[in-house]
Amino acid sequence: MQTSASPVSRTLANVFLIGAVLVALLPLGLVALNAFKPHTAIVANPLSLPESLSLDNFVRAWNGGKFSIGIVNSLLLSGTTTLITLACASLAAFALARRKIPGWQLITIYFLCATTVPIQLFLFPLYFVYAKLGIVGNFAATALILAAINLPISIFLLRAYVLSIPQDVDDAAFMDGANPFQTFLHVILPLMRPGLITVAIIVFLNSWNEFLITSTFQKGRSNITMTLGYLSMNGTYATDQGALMAGAFILVAPIIVFFLLLQRFFISGMTSGAVKG
Amino acid sequence: MKPLSQRAYHVLFVVPALLLSVAIVLLPALLTFGASFSRWDGVSAPAFVGFDNFEALFADNVFWAAISNNIQWALIFLTIPMAIALVAASLLLSRRKSGAVYQVIFLLPYVLAPVANAVIWQNIILSPVSGLLGFVSKNFIPLSSPLTEPSTALYAVAGVDIWHFWGYLTVVFFAAMRQTPEEQLEAAFLEGANGWQVFWNVTLPNILPTLGLMLVLVTIFSFLTFDYIYLITQGGPARATEMLSTYAYKFAFTSFQVGKAAAVALVMSFFGLIASIVYVRMSRASLEA
Repeated sequence: MQTSASPVSRTLANVFLIGAVLVALLPLGLVALNAFKPHTAIVANPLSLPESLSLDNFVRAWNGGKFSIGIVNSLLLSGTTTLITLACASLAAFALARRKIPGWQLITIYFLCATTVPIQLFLFPLYFVYAKLGIVGNFAATALILAAINLPISIFLLRAYVLSIPQDVDDAAFMDGANPFQTFLHVILPLMRPGLITVAIIVFLNSWNEFLITSTFQKGRSNITMTLGYLSMNGTYATDQGALMAGAFILVAPIIVFFLLLQRFFISGMTSGAVKG
Repeated sequence: MKPLSQRAYHVLFVVPALLLSVAIVLLPALLTFGASFSRWDGVSAPAFVGFDNFEALFADNVFWAAISNNIQWALIFLTIPMAIALVAASLLLSRRKSGAVYQVIFLLPYVLAPVANAVIWQNIILSPVSGLLGFVSKNFIPLSSPLTEPSTALYAVAGVDIWHFWGYLTVVFFAAMRQTPEEQLEAAFLEGANGWQVFWNVTLPNILPTLGLMLVLVTIFSFLTFDYIYLITQGGPARATEMLSTYAYKFAFTSFQVGKAAAVALVMSFFGLIASIVYVRMSRASLEA
């Protein structure tokens, strides 16, 4: 369809889109290019091609960014956050979609308000309570915070999936003698699997990338995540841009692969709340 | 033992989520409210001081500078990325096959960690020594780093944040635009409407609910913006990029004036609340639909 666009506007449109692609990719291209160059070559010309594919920069970046500590903490933190969020959100989404409990409207509105609540509104007292309890730096305790932040949006995403499962399905399970928890576990959960995968991917990525909570609560050499370890290189490695770019490569490349493989889920998850259709 | 009723089961199902949210978000938020009327260093017992924290804030130029920066930030984000995303999404609409590829590329910066994006831009683009800017400056036209100049720092950080954010808006608008009924588009083209007329009379009215929602969300997040500012300039130079969020953070964790931090947090939340009320009303309308 739409053959009426003139060649001129068609060309302008292509120029715009290709320009946008270049702007989106330029910084990432520079990372890939300069991750293999020594500092002096980068300072001389950040656009020049690397002369060799030496991995020296990557070794210095891996050690400088303390990535062997960070990767373990990042996986633990993001994995725990994802599990807590999935467990709490799927149960709540089921109950809220079925509207059997008194006050379900109120609870729904509470979670709706919670989707946009500023982190700063609860961060400061929470930090000092955590400090008093001695759980600052504990990945499971930090995961609880990240889960609480991701909970509302996850509930609404999953609620939409439950709403698409007819009530008759519950009733049939009830007739077969299943209690509501068995119905949830054996009937509802398998039917909402695409939703669970979408939520898991989005929550995992959110917590992997998260900065404000993570940098506040995961302080200390042994608690840092990959992003925090990399951030600690920023000032100290100003005169070793090769290592800095290699560090960025290490940080960014797995996420890009992860995203490209699972982009369908990302896009459906990100747009489902914002687009009514 | 009597088996639980269906309803009791359903009540139990919301308990974990509600408990987690109340413990981490609601109760500490109430504590923030209390702390804003107290002098508190986070460790010793807080002392009630009435409205002292708010009075001190209102007398502080930095506070007003931060509000003004947040408002500027909101105006920038309500216009520039919105416009780019609307244009990009409507162009993708007539490229349904390549559109899927374009949107994945546009989304890449959005899925990367702010830490990575900020460090990349600071070093390989904006650094006067090692970045692209330095290369251009040394070989072609002399440029100073926009991050060290108070008059340009805000725009430079906003530029990085827009680079990371606009793709998200594009993907959302693209998804919304694809819901436009095909007949409406064909009718418009049969009547000889050009691209702009189709956008203005057909596509735009169809995505109005989504556009409205995005405007509200962008407003809310403009008053909460933290990551890119704190990572790139920490609010400097000379407070030129200070935001309510960075200002509050420094009160809490640099000078341990938690009462003042709480007061700033309440002001931030107030701006967000106004937009949230609009958001909840809009979402409720769609939830009930």
